[in-house]
Amino acid sequence: MIELAHFQLLGAALFAIGVYGVLARRSAVLVLMSIELMLNAVNLNLIGYAAFMDFTEAQRALGQVLVIFVITIAAAELALAVAIILRLYRNRSSVNMDEIDLMKW
Amino acid sequence: MSLALFYVAGVITLGGALAVVMTRNIVYAAFGLLASLIGVAGLFLLAFAEFLALVQILIYGGAIVVVILFTLMLTRIEDFERLTDNAQWPAAIAAAAALFGLLAAAVLLTDTPAAEPQAVDFETVGKTLFVDWAVPFEIASLVLLVALIGAVVMVRSNGDRR
Repeated sequence: MIELAHFQLLGAALFAIGVYGVLARRSAVLVLMSIELMLNAVNLNLIGYAAFMDFTEAQRALGQVLVIFVITIAAAELALAVAIILRLYRNRSSVNMDEIDLMKW
Repeated sequence: MSLALFYVAGVITLGGALAVVMTRNIVYAAFGLLASLIGVAGLFLLAFAEFLALVQILIYGGAIVVVILFTLMLTRIEDFERLTDNAQWPAAIAAAAALFGLLAAAVLLTDTPAAEPQAVDFETVGKTLFVDWAVPFEIASLVLLVALIGAVVMVRSNGDRR
């Protein structure tokens, strides 16, 4: 039988992989992909709670609606991030995170 | 039976995610992301969220991976096929492992009351989204519109500067 803990552990593993990707990868596009992984880990947790906790049907539906909002915001975030990456590439002909240090002291 | 399916979907999800952060070829990373997102859609199905599984495949599998592939096409970087990690990758592994340990400990040490999983029918989800949460839904659509217009303005080449 699937339990809530399965979903929580899988979400935790996915989130940790995303954290590693954000911290370690050089390419800005890969960092973007890792952020998508982290958002998916959060969605997985929300859906796990909505399905496997002792909730009323309205509360379960609310969990799913919350995931729809997360997906919407993720799409908006992706569009803006892609625009920033393209702009960066045009200005500096590189999307390497290590070289973007203009605001670093 | 459902547990076996859960493990299959979980292996696809985690394998795709590991491909994203491990592979040296960025196109393989994009396809790893696709596999991972489809795996998450399968997990949604196992948690009785059929509508969200559809949304996940349509938006993530369809739109987001394609947008990322277009980004790769438009930024023709030289190290396309030999990506490197930056110098802090051992610290990144330590941070990710510590975070996973913390979250796993929190999950395993917390006693969550077990409940019988139940399906939610489409009608209830639709009513919740379009009646109870109609105003936040409209605001979300506005946020999406503003973000897309902002993205277009940002990438448009302004002729006076270049």
